[in-house]
Amino acid sequence: MNEQKDTQSIEDIYADAAHWHVNTGGETIHAKRVKGRFRTLKWYAGILWLLFFIAPYARWQGQQAILFDIPHRQFHLFAMTIWPQDIWMLSLVLILLAMTLFGVTAVAGRVWCGYFCFQTVWTDWFTWLEDRIEGNPIQRRKLDAAPWHGRKIRLKLFKHSLWLLISILTGVTFAAYFTDVYQLWIGYLTFEVPLVAWVVLAAFIFGTYVFAGFMREQVCFWLCPYARIQGVMVDKDTILPTYDVNRGEPRGKTKGRGSTSGERGDCVDCHLCVGVCPTGVDIREGMQEGCITCGMCIDACDTVMEKVGNPKGLIRYMSEKEISGEKLPPLYKRPRVIVYSMIFLMSVTGILYCLTHIPPVELSVVHERQPLFIHMSDGGIQNKYTFKAVNKMPEDIRFRLSVRGLPGLKLSASTGDMVVLKSGKAIPFHVFLRARPEQLQQENTPIYFQLRGIDKPEIHLEYKSVFIGPK
Amino acid sequence: MAKQDEPQHAPDTGHEWDGIRELTNPPPRWWMIAFHASWIWCIVYFILYPAIPLVHDSTKGILGWTMITEFKADVAENEALKAPFLKKVAAMDGQQLLADDGMKSFAESSAKALFGDNCAGCHGAGGQGAPGLFPALVDDDWLYGGDIDTIIESITDGRQGDMPAHAGMLTDKEIDGLADFVVAAAEGKATRAQFARFDDAGCSGCHGENAQGGAINELGSGGANLTDSIWRFGNSREDILRTIRYGVNQEDVPNTRVAIMPAFGDKLSPEAIKMLAVKVHELGGGK
Repeated sequence: MNEQKDTQSIEDIYADAAHWHVNTGGETIHAKRVKGRFRTLKWYAGILWLLFFIAPYARWQGQQAILFDIPHRQFHLFAMTIWPQDIWMLSLVLILLAMTLFGVTAVAGRVWCGYFCFQTVWTDWFTWLEDRIEGNPIQRRKLDAAPWHGRKIRLKLFKHSLWLLISILTGVTFAAYFTDVYQLWIGYLTFEVPLVAWVVLAAFIFGTYVFAGFMREQVCFWLCPYARIQGVMVDKDTILPTYDVNRGEPRGKTKGRGSTSGERGDCVDCHLCVGVCPTGVDIREGMQEGCITCGMCIDACDTVMEKVGNPKGLIRYMSEKEISGEKLPPLYKRPRVIVYSMIFLMSVTGILYCLTHIPPVELSVVHERQPLFIHMSDGGIQNKYTFKAVNKMPEDIRFRLSVRGLPGLKLSASTGDMVVLKSGKAIPFHVFLRARPEQLQQENTPIYFQLRGIDKPEIHLEYKSVFIGPK
Repeated sequence: MAKQDEPQHAPDTGHEWDGIRELTNPPPRWWMIAFHASWIWCIVYFILYPAIPLVHDSTKGILGWTMITEFKADVAENEALKAPFLKKVAAMDGQQLLADDGMKSFAESSAKALFGDNCAGCHGAGGQGAPGLFPALVDDDWLYGGDIDTIIESITDGRQGDMPAHAGMLTDKEIDGLADFVVAAAEGKATRAQFARFDDAGCSGCHGENAQGGAINELGSGGANLTDSIWRFGNSREDILRTIRYGVNQEDVPNTRVAIMPAFGDKLSPEAIKMLAVKVHELGGGK
């Protein structure tokens, strides 16, 4: 995109190096943007987030394709509707996401942090705008230090307006997953949305603006729990951006192209790796908590190596084993990768099964407990059951109600033996069963209620319950 | 502020133990911000809300918030939600309520708490009654009628059983004979001769010619059906004898059976009574 043209000589880089410090949290990190493989990859990965902005506008059969309808307690995903009763699927989805994260981290470290995390991606967009508006890091530092004048006010105002615009878009987009997006826009523009929509918007504007605009890498350092637990997820096989100490040290300034002498290592101590680091760490000190493994230092070092005529890859993705000269075992021989993949596959299977087997009607039958049974005037024994059935289909369904398990049971319901379940509704109803005492072999007799669809015979439900009589 | 990353350069307190110096590094900035925000929050809270306990009272806070007003507001909100339904209940009679699925469901769930507060004390939480003491509402045997309108009437005006004490009126032998009849009638084995004796003793006046209660209910005395297997006061011979001897609700008769259902017409609104009646009707024996 706008990464600086590679016109700098190594001397210029040395001159710039005075500005680049290792991050101590005291000052804003103004990272230099350098072109390269990983820079390009980061753009592509970040662009995936555009889906987040576009997705709410997708329609499916006249309604929003992705909609978390909280008032109606339904989650619409294209042709699928997920009800609260199916929410156990959510645990599988969470396991799936966790395993993806663990697996990827075990293989390649904090890929999520470096390329996909909303915090680092939004920060990347914000700093890209800053770079375009206020100039390169050196110009930015000068501008920050300069007294307030017309140009500074103009530039800052422009930058913050754009930041706020992105923040507003982010907030509106998030809210749009919970209500109709077109109505939401109209609502926001006419100031006629409920309070909760304003609170969500305000929280997201504040969060985006402050986190991506001001706190930036400090979020990764101080707020993010994932950054903290990564230590237990990487092992000696994990490839991470690593400074090749054996090749680089002892570091020293170079006089010009190809001037490497026998005593000096390949590192020309230009500090460019520190200068491009979005979290301001010095990768040459080894893996550390601030490193989000975005590979920007690899790009930077490669350009410098090219300039000074040394082979690329002084900083590269490398595992601890590789540094110590061992061979990296293939993926299928690493126990952690295998275990994560297995759990991953199991949750995928579970989710697929669940999605394809969402029951059209959710039925539960509660046997009355107070009293367990009733003596009727003709000497019969009556049990009472409360049916709670949710019809998840878009249309009403008529069922024929019957019971099996105890021959001669007389069934009576206020609705008759035909039950109509209204679409999306759960109106409980009572069903009574009556038996002659001489029919009962035992105190508790298992019975099975059956609901057969009249218009849709393929919908057939059975629910196990019990008929209770005197001892 | 001293540079946090160079603790050695922070001002010294002068304390030193075994070469370890105590420095005066301030806590991290985020910690200080949180600390100041906390005490500012406390002061704002103390001004806005009831906070400081005094001897008999506490400070009120300028918002005037109390838990009870919040509770009352919530109750009012709930009442407002129910109001249109209660209006409908008021406009419908018992039959119509039973016929409307949605309203029936509303009435039943609304009556749950009413039943617990007003009825469960005697009739049990599930309407199962207490054998010999309070009648069950879940079965299909009704002393005064099990249709919705009669149930509404029973709740509104209450009921009081009335059965004379026969101890002085009949001889022991006659009473024994009647007890035999009652036992036999419940099993469907009563003989014609027994029926004749039952009729002669004047029992059929309330219990009906064929001992099935029935039409007599209009008298409001609650003459029980003697031919079914449900017993108001117990089915042992002892129990039956006691009921015949000392009657029900007889003044100045020791050992008489007590069967009084209080009137709820003054206590509950007509809508509440209607909804309770729907619940009772749906317990399992409504007609």
